Amino acid sequence: MVETSDIRVVRCGGSKVNLTPPIISNDSRFVLCASGDLVKVYSTRTEEWLHSLQGHTNQVTGITLNPANHLQVYSCSVDGTVKLWDFIDGILIKTFVIGCPLFAIYVSEKHEGVLFLHVSMATDSKNECFQLVSVHLPKSAEQEVEAKEMSAVSSHISKNPSCTAFGRGVRVHFFFFYFSLKATDKKGAKNAFTCIACHPTDDCIATGHEDGKIRLWRNFIHKKEYTYSTQHWHHNAVNTLCFTPEGTHLLSGGIESVLVQWQYGADNRKEFLPRLGGSILHISASSDGQLFCTSHSDNKITVIESSFKVCGVIQGLVKGDAVLTDLMIDPRSKALVLNGKPGHLQFYSLLRDKHLYNLDIVQQEYIYEAGLDQFEVVKAAFDIKGSWLATVEERGKKSSDLEFFLKLWAFDERTQSFVLNTTITAAHTDRIISMCFSSSEETTMLVTAAEDSQFKAWCQGADDQNFWSCDFVGSYHKLNPTNCSFSADSSLLAVSFQEVITIWSPDTWEMLTTLCQPPGVIRDLCFGRLSCSKYLLGTTTKNLLCCWNLLTCELEWSTSVDVSKLQPDPFSENVAAFSYQSKHTDLFVFKPSEPRPLFTNKNVCSEKVHRAVFVPREEPLNSCDESTQWLNRSQLYFLTQNMDLLTFSTATEEDRMLSSSKQLVIDDSVAVTPFYLLLGKHRQQQQKLNTQSHPVADKPQQPQGSVTIKELLHTPAHVLPAASVLCSMFVNSFLISNTGEMDSEKEEEDSEEEMEACDSQQELRAQGSVDEVTPKLSKAQERELKRVRKTDFSWMAGLIDSKP
Amino acid sequence: MGEFKVHRVRFFDYMPSGIRALAFNQDTERMAVARMDGSVEVFHCSDRFFQEKIIPGREQCGIEGLSWVGERLFSAGLNGGITEYDLTNQKVKYTIDAYGGPIWTITGNQQGTHLAVGCEDGTVKLFEVNEDQIQFERNLDRQKSRIISLSWHPSGSKIAAGMMDMIQVFNVETGHSIHRMLADRGAGTSRSKECVVWSVVYLSDGTIITGDSVGMVKLWDDQTGTLIKSHNVTKCDVLALSVSQNEDSLVAGTSEGIVVQFQFVSMVLEKDDKEWVRTRTFRNHTHDIRAVAEITTAVVSGGMDAQLVVRPLLDKIEVRSAASALRKIHFPHRRLVSCARKSGLMLFQYPGHLELWRLGESEGKGTPGSSLFVKRNPEKLLQLKVKGEDHIRCSAVSPCGGWIVYSTASTLRLYRLHCDNNNISITKISKLPKVLSSANQLCFSSDSSHLFSASAQSSVHIASLSQSGCKFVGTLKPKSGSHQAIHLLAASEDGKWLASANSDHEVHIYNLQTQKAHCTVPVYSSAVTAMGIHPATNCLFMMHADQQMFEYSIEQKQYTDWSRTVQRKGLHRFWVERDTPCLNVMFNPQNPSHVILHDMYMLCIIDQSLPLPDDKTQFYNQLTLKSLTEEQRKSQSHAFKVCKTFKDILCVELMPDQSLVVVERPLEDIATQLPAPIKQKKFAT
Repeated sequence: MVETSDIRVVRCGGSKVNLTPPIISNDSRFVLCASGDLVKVYSTRTEEWLHSLQGHTNQVTGITLNPANHLQVYSCSVDGTVKLWDFIDGILIKTFVIGCPLFAIYVSEKHEGVLFLHVSMATDSKNECFQLVSVHLPKSAEQEVEAKEMSAVSSHISKNPSCTAFGRGVRVHFFFFYFSLKATDKKGAKNAFTCIACHPTDDCIATGHEDGKIRLWRNFIHKKEYTYSTQHWHHNAVNTLCFTPEGTHLLSGGIESVLVQWQYGADNRKEFLPRLGGSILHISASSDGQLFCTSHSDNKITVIESSFKVCGVIQGLVKGDAVLTDLMIDPRSKALVLNGKPGHLQFYSLLRDKHLYNLDIVQQEYIYEAGLDQFEVVKAAFDIKGSWLATVEERGKKSSDLEFFLKLWAFDERTQSFVLNTTITAAHTDRIISMCFSSSEETTMLVTAAEDSQFKAWCQGADDQNFWSCDFVGSYHKLNPTNCSFSADSSLLAVSFQEVITIWSPDTWEMLTTLCQPPGVIRDLCFGRLSCSKYLLGTTTKNLLCCWNLLTCELEWSTSVDVSKLQPDPFSENVAAFSYQSKHTDLFVFKPSEPRPLFTNKNVCSEKVHRAVFVPREEPLNSCDESTQWLNRSQLYFLTQNMDLLTFSTATEEDRMLSSSKQLVIDDSVAVTPFYLLLGKHRQQQQKLNTQSHPVADKPQQPQGSVTIKELLHTPAHVLPAASVLCSMFVNSFLISNTGEMDSEKEEEDSEEEMEACDSQQELRAQGSVDEVTPKLSKAQERELKRVRKTDFSWMAGLIDSKP
Repeated sequence: MGEFKVHRVRFFDYMPSGIRALAFNQDTERMAVARMDGSVEVFHCSDRFFQEKIIPGREQCGIEGLSWVGERLFSAGLNGGITEYDLTNQKVKYTIDAYGGPIWTITGNQQGTHLAVGCEDGTVKLFEVNEDQIQFERNLDRQKSRIISLSWHPSGSKIAAGMMDMIQVFNVETGHSIHRMLADRGAGTSRSKECVVWSVVYLSDGTIITGDSVGMVKLWDDQTGTLIKSHNVTKCDVLALSVSQNEDSLVAGTSEGIVVQFQFVSMVLEKDDKEWVRTRTFRNHTHDIRAVAEITTAVVSGGMDAQLVVRPLLDKIEVRSAASALRKIHFPHRRLVSCARKSGLMLFQYPGHLELWRLGESEGKGTPGSSLFVKRNPEKLLQLKVKGEDHIRCSAVSPCGGWIVYSTASTLRLYRLHCDNNNISITKISKLPKVLSSANQLCFSSDSSHLFSASAQSSVHIASLSQSGCKFVGTLKPKSGSHQAIHLLAASEDGKWLASANSDHEVHIYNLQTQKAHCTVPVYSSAVTAMGIHPATNCLFMMHADQQMFEYSIEQKQYTDWSRTVQRKGLHRFWVERDTPCLNVMFNPQNPSHVILHDMYMLCIIDQSLPLPDDKTQFYNQLTLKSLTEEQRKSQSHAFKVCKTFKDILCVELMPDQSLVVVERPLEDIATQLPAPIKQKKFAT
C-alpha cells in the first residue's frame, strides 16, 4: 500500500473571493476577502495580491474588522474557530475555539469583547436551522483559547448572512422576517426579504426584497406604528444593500450588475454604475466612505471610488456554474485556460494565483438575463507550441436549432495575444464532440469529431493563404465518433467510434487498424508518452480501463474500474485516472507499461471529477520517494462538481511555500522610504545575480539572516541600539546556521501539524524587536537554515559595501 | 332563487364628475366633497362613508375651495362668489361676491371666527363669520400675482399664501407680509414656466409645507423664512396637501395619481429630534389627484377620475374590520333611475337633463345564462332639458308611465306624458300648487294618482293628479324630531302608507287615508340607504349603511319576528363586509317571502322562509347547491342568494312580468370617456 500521508489534497489557487463581503481597511490601503481556507489581502491601489492569512483548516466564512483595533481582523471558519489576525503583517494573534461550524461573524462597537456568530443548530442537514449566538471572548494571554461562553440571541434565522445587520448599538434582527412571509402568502407578491442594512446614525433599516423593491423602515420598535417607504429600481431580487459610513447614501446591487446609489432622504435621486460584470453579491464601503467594494458572481471584486469610478478589479478564477471546456494549459504562459466570463476564455496563472487575461471568443455583448440562449465557448484546444488555438462556440443547446462556429486563433508575437485567423461556420452538420491538434512540431493539424458520424482534419493552407481548410473527412460505418487523440509523435491518430477504436495514419489518411473491446462505448482515449508510447489507453462506459499494445495490436491488459477522467501527464509516462464509485472519487496514477499503480489515493473527494489537468512545475522537485515522484515535474489539478479546484501537495512543497510566503510578509511590511527604494534596487540586482549563478534552483533566501539585515537597515538610525549590540546579533545570525548543520536529514520529514503550530510564533518573532531573536530555534527554522548554508553569500559583500 | 328574464341596460351614459375639493370636519366626522360640476356632497365618515347629502350644482359654477367653519360649510369658486350651504335642507343658503375676481382658495381658521379667500387680483380677503352670514372685514396686503392656496396658522395669527413662484406669510393683525419665500422653478425647459404653489399647509410649530408644480414638497421655517428641506415627489405637479390632526403625518396628491405620505418621525428612536420623512405611496388613481384629506384613520383622495378613494391607515386602526377596508366610491348613493313598471319606461337623471327610454322586447325562451334575441330595440323616447342653470336634484316617473316630475333647487316641474303608439308628446302642467316649489325627494303612489314631494322641515306634500291637472291635497308632518331633509320615500302598494327617511336616520310612517303621522321607527345609529313596503304584509323593510336590515310591521308598530331573529343571530361576516350600500328594496309579488336587494356589485334575494346563515356556513353557496341533489340542497341552503353576474350596477328593478331590469354602467366605459392621464413611462413597455 502506498503511503499517502505526505500527499494531501489542498485547495490551492482559484478559490472563490466572492463568498463573503470584502473588507476595506480603515486606511483604504487593503482589501481583505475570504478565499477558501485563507483570508487574502489585496492592495486597493495596485489590485495586487499581497499576502494571505493562513491558518484555518476549512472554508473561511466570515471576516470582520476588530472594532477595538482597526489593524486587526477576526475571521471565522467552518472548522469551528475564530482567529484574530494582524492583517498588515499577516500574523495570527489569537485563536478562539468555538467548537461548532461557524457561518458568519458580526461585531458591534457597543459590545466589546463579544462576537456574534451564526452557528448551525440542526444535526441533520435536511432542515437547516441557524442560530445567532453571542460569544464572550475570554481575556487570556494564551495563543489558543477556548471560548465556550455562548448565549443564544435569536434562532431560526436565515442562512443568508446578508439577512443580518447591526444597527446603531441596538441589534436589529428581522423582527419583520416572519410577517413578511405572511404577506407573501396573502397577495402572491414576491416580497420576501433578501438582505438588510442598518443606517449608521439613524434608526432606519433598509431591506431588499425578492421583487426588487427596497424598503426603508422607521419607528420599528413600535408594534403597529412602524412605517416604511418603498423604492423600486431593480427588476430582480436585490442581492445586497450597504449604507455609506456617514449614512448619506445607500448602495444596492442585484443581478443587473448595476451599482445603484440612492441618496438617503431624497429617495428618487439615484446614481448608477452599470456594466460591472457578473451580478453583484456584496457591497462594502470603507470607513472613510472613499472606496466601495463590490463582489460579483463571476468571482471578482471591483474597487470603486466614491465618485463612482471603477479604480480596480481583483479577478479570481471564473468558474460559473459549469466549465464546458476542458482544463488546459497554455504552452506558452503555462497558464490554466478554461472558459470564464461568458463568451471568453480565461488565462489564469495558478502559480501566482492571478487572473492574467480574458480572450474574447464570441465577440458579442453578453446580456445578463436569465433564460436567454447565448453563445458559449464549449471546446478549446491548443497546439503543442501554443501558437494556435482552436475554439468551438455553440448556441441552442436546448432548442433543436443548434448553431456553432469553429474558430482558429493564431498567436501574435507582437501583441502577445491570440488573433482570430479563421472562422468556420459549418464545420460539421452536427455538434462537435472532440477536437485535438496534432502534436508534431513541424505541421499543425486539427482533427474534429462530430455527431454527424464524421471526423475532419483541418490544415493551414499554402503560404500565401494562411487560413485553415478541410483536409480530410473520415468516417467509419456511419457510427458516431466519441473521441479522438493523436499519438505523441503525431504519427498515429486514434478516433473512437462508439465501441470501436480506429487507428489512422495522418500522412496518408489510411486506416491502419481497428481495436475493439466490447461491451461499452469508448469514453476517453489517450496514447502513452515517452517510453510508453506504444500503448493506447481507453475507457468505456461499461467500467473498463483497457490498454492496447499498438505494436502487436493486442490488448495488453484491462481492468474493471469506472473511470470518469483519464488524464495523461505530458511530461512523463504517468497517467492519472479518476474513478467514481460509491459516492467518492479515487485517484490512481499508473504507467501504462506497469500494471501496479504508482500512487493510489482513496477518497480524494466526494464528488465526481470530470476535469483534470497536469500543470508543469516551474522548477521540478527532486523527491525520491516513490509515491511522490509523479508530482516532481508537474502538478495535478482537478475540478470537482462543486467547482472546487483541488490539487495535491507534498510535504516538501509545503515547506517551501511556507518559507516563501513568510518572506513576502516582510517585504510588504516595509514602508516605502527612499532608503527602501535604494535597497530595493540592490536587491533586484542581487536577485539577478542569484538567478544567474543558480539557474535551476531558486531557493528562498535564508529568512533569518535577511530579517536581521533588514531590521538593521530599515530602522531609523536614531532608534537603533548601540552598534555593538547590533554587531553581535548580526554575527549571531550566522552562528546559528552552523548549529543547524548538525541536524540529520530526517528532520526533513517534519509533520505539518508541528509546522503550523510554530508558524505563528515564528512570525511574531520575526516581526518583534531585535533583541527578541534568541538562539533557540524551532526545528523548522533549523531546517531552513540548513538550506541557507548551501546558498551563495557572495552578494552579501556588495550589500554591506553599499550601506551608507 | 328563481329564474328571471333580465333587461341588461347599458344605455345610461352616466358620467360622474371629477372631484375638485375635499374638506373634513373632525367634530362631526363629515367629509364634504366638491365636484367639477359644482355639486357638493357630504359623506359620513364613521357611517361607512355613506353619502348623506347631495347639493346639486349649477351651470358655470366651478367650485375651487371648500371649508368648514364649525358645522357650517362654505365654498368659493371661479365665479368670484362665496357660498354658504344650508345643510339641513340641502341647498345653497346664500352667495355673496368677494369682489376680487375669481377665487382660488378658501379656508377658515380653527377658531371659527374668520374665513380667508385668495383671489385672482392678488388679495387675501378676510371675512368675519357671523351668526347668520359672513361679512367682509378687510384685505391683507395686496400682492402682484394671484393667490392659489392659503393656510392659517392654528393660532389664527398668521396666514401662509401660495402664489406664483412664491409663498407669502402674512400677519393677520397688521395685514402685512412677514416673509416672502421664493419657490424654485424647474430645471431645463420648464425654467420659463412659472412655479405654481398649488397647496400650502401651516403647522403649529411654524413649519410651512408647500406643494408646487415642479413636483416638490418643500418645508419652510416661518421664523427665518428659509427652506428646511425639499422632497422631490414627482416629475409632475403636487396638487394637494393635507396634514393629520396631530400633525405627525402629511399626504400629498400628485397629478400622476399617486398619494405620497410623509411622516414626522424621530430619526433616532426614543429621541425627540423629529424629521419629516417620505414613507408610503398609494396608487389608487389613474388621473390627477385634485384633493386629499387625512382623516383620523384613513387617507381620502379624489381627482379627475371622479372616484373617492378611502385608503385606511392600518397603523391607526385598532381592530381591522369591514369599516376599515379600502373603499372606492364611484356612484352616488342615490337612485338616478326611476322606472315606470307598468309601461316599461325608464327615466334616467343626468345633471342637466332627463332621458326617457322604452325597454326593448325579446322573444322566445332561453336556457339560464343565454342571451335572448332582441325583437325590438330599446328606444329613446324623449330628452328633457332643464330650464335654468340649476341641476336636477331628483326626478320620478309614475308607475303607469303617464307622469314625469323633476325638481331643481328652485323649481319643480310636472309633465303629462301622452304615449299613443309612436307619437310621444308631453305637456307641462302649468298651474302647480305653490307648496310644490321645490322638492328633496319625489315619489308617485303605486296607482299614479298621487305625487308625494318631500320638502323642507321633513314634511311631505301630497298632490292628487288627474287629467285636468294637479291639486294640493295636504301636508304630512312628523310629530317631532329633526327637520333634516328627506332623502327616501316609499309608498305602499295599497296606497295606505307612506314612509319617509331623513338624514338624521329617522323613519316616519304616515297614514295616507287620515293624512296623519302613524308612527316612527326606532332610530338606528346608521343611515337608511333603501327601504320598501311589502305589498302583502305592509311591513317596512329597511337597509342601513352598515349593512344591517330591519323589517318593521307598520300595522303592529313593532319589528317583525324575522327582523328580531336577524338581529339576534347576526348577519354573516361576508354580508357585513360589503362596502357599498344597498340602493333598492323590491318585493316579488309571486313569492311573498322574497326580498330583492342590490348594491353596486351584486344582486341578492333574501328568502325569509329559509334559515339564516351563521358565520360557519358557506355564504356564496350557489355553485355548491347546484351540484347537490334536491334533498341535500334543502339542508344546505340559507336565506341569502347572491348573484354577482352583473357589475357596476346603478339600478335593479323588478317588472310586473317577472323580468328584471339591471342598469349597468361599466367603470371601463367611464374610464374611456375621461381625459387622457399624464403619460408615464412604465418599465418594460
